[in-house]
Amino acid sequence: MEDQRTSFEFDKESLALVEKIIARYPPGKQKSALLPLLHMAQAEAGGWLSRETMDYVASLLKLQPVEVYEVATFYTMFNLQPVGNCVIEVCRTGPCWLNGAEEIIAHLEHRLQIKAGETTPDGKFTLKTVECLAACGNAPVMQAGIKYYENLDVEKIDAFLDDCSSKDATTRQNPYK
Amino acid sequence: MGIRILTAQMHIEGIQQLDVYRRHGGYEAFRKVLNAMSPPAVLEEVKLSTLRGRGGAGFPTGMKWSFLAKNTGKPAYLICNADESEPGTFKDRYLMEKNPHLLLEGMMISAFALEAATAYIYIRGELFYVHQILERAIGEAYAAGLLGKNILGSGFSLDIHCHPGGGAYICGEETALIESLEGKRGNPRIKPPFPAVSGLWDCPTVVNNVETLAAVPWIIQNGGKAYAAIGVWKSTGTKLMSACGHIRKPGVYEVEMGLPVEEFIYSDEYCGGIRNGNQLKAVVAGGSSVPILPAALILKTAKGEARLITYESLSEGGFESGTMLGSGGFIVMDHTTCIVKNLWNFTRFYHHESCGQCSPCREGTGWMEKVLHRIETGHGKMEDIDLLSDVAKNIEGNTICPLGDAAAWPVRSTIRHFRQEFEDHVNQKRCPFSK
Ligand SMILES: Cc1cc2nc3c(=O)[nH]c(=O)nc-3n(C[C@H](O)[C@H](O)[C@H](O)COP(=O)(O)O)c2cc1C
Ligand code: SF4
Ligand code: FES
Repeated sequence: MEDQRTSFEFDKESLALVEKIIARYPPGKQKSALLPLLHMAQAEAGGWLSRETMDYVASLLKLQPVEVYEVATFYTMFNLQPVGNCVIEVCRTGPCWLNGAEEIIAHLEHRLQIKAGETTPDGKFTLKTVECLAACGNAPVMQAGIKYYENLDVEKIDAFLDDCSSKDATTRQNPYK
Repeated sequence: MGIRILTAQMHIEGIQQLDVYRRHGGYEAFRKVLNAMSPPAVLEEVKLSTLRGRGGAGFPTGMKWSFLAKNTGKPAYLICNADESEPGTFKDRYLMEKNPHLLLEGMMISAFALEAATAYIYIRGELFYVHQILERAIGEAYAAGLLGKNILGSGFSLDIHCHPGGGAYICGEETALIESLEGKRGNPRIKPPFPAVSGLWDCPTVVNNVETLAAVPWIIQNGGKAYAAIGVWKSTGTKLMSACGHIRKPGVYEVEMGLPVEEFIYSDEYCGGIRNGNQLKAVVAGGSSVPILPAALILKTAKGEARLITYESLSEGGFESGTMLGSGGFIVMDHTTCIVKNLWNFTRFYHHESCGQCSPCREGTGWMEKVLHRIETGHGKMEDIDLLSDVAKNIEGNTICPLGDAAAWPVRSTIRHFRQEFEDHVNQKRCPFSK
């Protein structure tokens, strides 16, 4: 994996964003900025939240580290283990299933030679299943980074994977930038 | 084509931009409110419209607003619920993506009526690209003096901020949403107190769905009475239906309340009928949580009347033979669908999304998932079918929030209407639909 460091700090530009986000909540209620900051930190710290990264976010918001762990473990968008450079999240809920989500997942597992929930040995891809992405009219659907891929079929997936396999593609992106 | 209230501008090139939105009459309703109306007058129009909440429960919006505690010495908050996670529902995403200023204008007018100086849009984290569209629109509104201090010299001030979720269906429930917005786990609160009295940071709070708030500008421009004149009885105005599954034309459709379900499914203006010439088997009409109905009962009530898209008509017959309008997530299944497998999928979803605070919900959803998996894979016993019903009955009404009911209703209704299919699985020791 390209980025295995666990200690992490935001750069100046991100710290300015942090200030801007905290100002959206009343004084003393900076804890509300936790989800936004965890999204930013995950994107910038290699796609996952190490304990050190969470401790750093806690210090920025003047919280006890446990307050951050509690939250990070509750929400499914946060990865608590290292992930690949490209994280693929395929919807597996009812409407997508009615439209072939199982075949889509099977094709991805076959192409990547991993099961859902795993990362390829070269650290390039992680495959996750997720619940309804509010795109059921264009099922089957997957998400990679902040982008949606809808009306999926085998050709679209192959094109996407080829795209990611070239160069140093990553789906990580600070959504506030 | 029926009247368009929420989607009238969707086809306009560039409507996401403030100047284009304005050129097409945008922010005129907000201007009218600032220039010529008082907060109680705005509330009165919304009451007259009998607009009902579009997030799923259908609670009258004007009444909800009137419950907001006054003179508490604390600020009041407006929260837009944009968590949209109910399987089968994708209308709010569509609305925000295509016409973000319509939502903002609705929020501005609603915040004015509630005398709230801060409003948040809680948007599900997966929808970050929509979050970006909204932030751009909010930025434009600040630059044009439509947000911020002393808006257009009226003395009214308002800030609107976006707030992302982290991936948790339960955060669509309003008290879980508030916990989440406070930076905590999304555990629903015990009610009362209701948010109108003690919500965000213990302050009086109104939580409304995206679609609800987006209807407000039209109501102000045309009057609550005009809105109430559309639709049937207590189901007034229009509803966004997200249609998906085995239909020819999936998508978001704005329908006048009162449209016959049959027309909605088969007309080329809407779903365009069932795909590949297949037959209609079942419909889940209001998002995965509402009871499923077989073809005959979704088209006609047990009394033989045409089923209409209204709160009342869809619930006609109660849980014996009816369902609910819910969020308007309309999931259509054709005759090739295994109803047991569909139910197993939904139950797995609820088990996955249970916050775990109440044991009937946490344990019950897990049990139901296990038993359904057993039946679907051909390892079930006849007693399992009643066991499922029993577990569902024990969840219903015994939990802090309605997620427990939402998990129980699909199970009970599927067994009620499709018992034979469960028995076929048990008798044949396999799924009759698997190839
Ligand atoms: C488990 C659960 C999930 C919910 N999800 C949503 C949702 O995604 N969006 C929404 O607007 N309301 C959702 N609701 C309903 C909200 O609690 C609340 O009733 C609604 O936001 C009120 O707005 P309205 O009156 O405008 O409909 C959910 C309720 C429950 C119990
Ligand atoms: S019913 Fe389920 S989701 Fe709701 S509070 Fe109880 S455990 Fe949590
Ligand atoms: S079920 Fe996959 S997007 Fe809704």
